[in-house]
Parts: sequence; C-alpha cells; structure tokens
Amino acid sequence: MSKFKLITDGLVKNNPTFVLLLGMCPTLATTTSAINGLSMGLATLFVLVLSNIAISAIAPVVPDKVHIPVYIVVIATFVTLLQLLMQAYTPAIYETLGLFIPLIVVNCIVLGRAEAFANKHGVGESALDGIGVGLGFTCSLTVLGLVREILGSGSAFGWNFIGGHDGMLAFVMAPGAFLCLGYLMVLFNKFLKKN
Amino acid sequence: MAAKSNLTNMVLVLGLTCLFASALLGGAYALTKEPIQAAAVAKTQQAIAQVLPHFTDLSYDAEGKFYTATDGDAVVGYAFETMAVGFGGPLEMIVGVTPDGVIYNTAVLSHAETPGLGAKCTSDAKFMDQWRGFNPSVKKLSVTKDGGDVDAITASTITSRAYTQAVAVALEVFAQVQSGEGLQEPDFVPGGEIEVTNETDGGQDNE
Repeated sequence: MSKFKLITDGLVKNNPTFVLLLGMCPTLATTTSAINGLSMGLATLFVLVLSNIAISAIAPVVPDKVHIPVYIVVIATFVTLLQLLMQAYTPAIYETLGLFIPLIVVNCIVLGRAEAFANKHGVGESALDGIGVGLGFTCSLTVLGLVREILGSGSAFGWNFIGGHDGMLAFVMAPGAFLCLGYLMVLFNKFLKKN
Repeated sequence: MAAKSNLTNMVLVLGLTCLFASALLGGAYALTKEPIQAAAVAKTQQAIAQVLPHFTDLSYDAEGKFYTATDGDAVVGYAFETMAVGFGGPLEMIVGVTPDGVIYNTAVLSHAETPGLGAKCTSDAKFMDQWRGFNPSVKKLSVTKDGGDVDAITASTITSRAYTQAVAVALEVFAQVQSGEGLQEPDFVPGGEIEVTNETDGGQDNE
C-alpha cells in the first residue's frame, strides 16, 4: 500500500465519522462550533498517532489475552499526557475542551485503529494510518462544527455575521447535531465515497 | 505474532507497561506542575485586573476570600471570589465591587457550562456588559424571567441565574465587609453561609 493511499484512506474511504461511524459521542458533543471541533480533532489526532506508533512497536511481545488492557493503558497514558500538557501550555483551549479530553480514552477510533491496523502493521505504516484517520476525524469534526455554528449561532470560526441576532439554537444542541451529522453523511456518501 | 499467553508473559507485559506508563506520567506531572499553577495564578491575576479599577496594591483576605485593592491610601475596590452551581457544574467567578457598592465588573474563573449555550457567559458581550456599573440599589439582581433586571443569555437561563446568584453572594460578603468595618462587629464571619471551594472539577463525565 502506498504511503499516500494510507493517508487518503483515512480521509475518505475509512473516514471515521462519515463512513465508519466511530467516535460518535465526542463528535456530537464537541462540535458546537468549528473551533471546538477542530481542537477536538487535533487532540484526537495527537493521541491516535502516538498510540498507533507505540502499539505497533509493542504488539509483537504482547500476549493475546491481555492485549486490550495493555492497549488501554497505552492510550490512557497518552491522553493524560495530552491533558497535562494542554493544561500547562494552552489553558484557554483546555478550558473549552477539558471535559472531553479524558473521553478520548474511550473513543472507539483510537482503540479501533489499534486493533484493526496498528497491531498488524509496522511502526511507519501505523503512524501514517494514525495521521490519515486523525486528519479524517479532524476534517469531519471541523465541517460538522462549522455547519452547526453557521446555523446555530450565525457565525463561522467565532466570526459573527448576523450581528447580535440569535441563530437557530436547536443546531447548537443535541438534536441539531444528529440532523447535521445525518445530512452531512448523505452528502459525503453521495459525492466522495463512490470515487 | 503475539507472544504466548501464559501467566508469566501476561503479568510481565502488563506489569511493565503499567510501570513504564506511570513513570512517564509521573515525570510529565512533575514537569507540568509549575506551568499549570502559574497559568492558574496568571488567570486569577488577569481576572482581578479586569474587575477592578486601577490599583497599586492588593491584599488578600483568605477567610473571606476577597482581595482589597488600594491606590495609595484609598480603597478603590474589592474583588470577591465567589461561586454558584451552574448547568454543568460549579461556576467560579470573581466580582469586583467599588466601595460605594456598585459592581465594577465581573469575570468567570472556571465553568463547565454547555459550549455554545451557557458557555457564552464568558463571551456574550450583551450579557457581560450589563454587569459593568451594575448598581444593586437601583436595579434588581435577578434575571428578567424572575422579575429582575438582569438580561439572561438566550436559552441559558440556568447559567444566567447561577451567574446572578454568584454576584449576589459576592455582594452579601461585601455588605458584611462594609458593616464589619463601619460598625466594628467583632463576631463577623466573612462568607458565613457561603460554600466556597477552590477545587476545579476534575471528573465531570457527561456522556
């Protein structure tokens, strides 16, 4: 498999949000605005790449019966690391995402890629897979966040274009999240997945 | 392929993984401890500067959890650390009050409100600006829905109520400070019935 294809696969064919439907909890919960979606995506990307690298490196020596606990420990370590670093150096972003960072541990994408890819492939390939899937997740979350922000708050990336008026608030809340996700999925499958 | 799943192997691998993970985290914790504290202190300092008029000196009353700001000899204002329970968890704030009892400004230290809704209490200009110069002896301190003069954030009445309540708590402490100084009541207990915690919430799972 070419290196380029490993990355584009994660973006389109194996897009975690629109195709694999993995990690729905953080997807629906954090995409109230484009910035939040983007930051959550990048945080997940960070954990995904590191955990893919670590897990592909240790996979050969991990006995089958304990591989899930070992993977969870590895993932949880990276998530906590990320949490500490964000708290120390980007307190503003940590404030908005703080609640959802620990939940990356239980994000099925991370464990899913460890199970389905990293423990069968080499370190380099796993890193690229992590980047691809992570970018796929980041893009999906940013687009979803952007759509919800435009409809729900009348702004894009924090820039308000309807001046003081309220948007359609339902889109900021959970029902709007499901609606947007559903329609984006339809569009994604119609235009991108076939190619 | 994967190593054999016998007891020795399993214990060894899992044990080593945990050992390595905890060593890494311990190191990271030690490294980030100071920056994290510095960030928290910087945030409080910034918030205090934001909620008070120009001052040259600041003293902290740990019992009442408030700062007294002085410019030369004159007291220019007080900044109260206060909190209320919002929609998603504790809403910790700092409220600046000038000696005449008028609110100078308010700032949020930490909150766990819904992004896009209650979290607007830190960004909604209309909501935040109304606190500047809010005079509780002229205006009624409760949200319009409850018959007061505070315009709530759209679709976030609970957050707005909590915000208002936190301000009320601060004003209560202020009243006690004032009377304590003016009437010299020795049995004054600052923040008597107020539950103030310094803990920021660590484990709010809401999924």
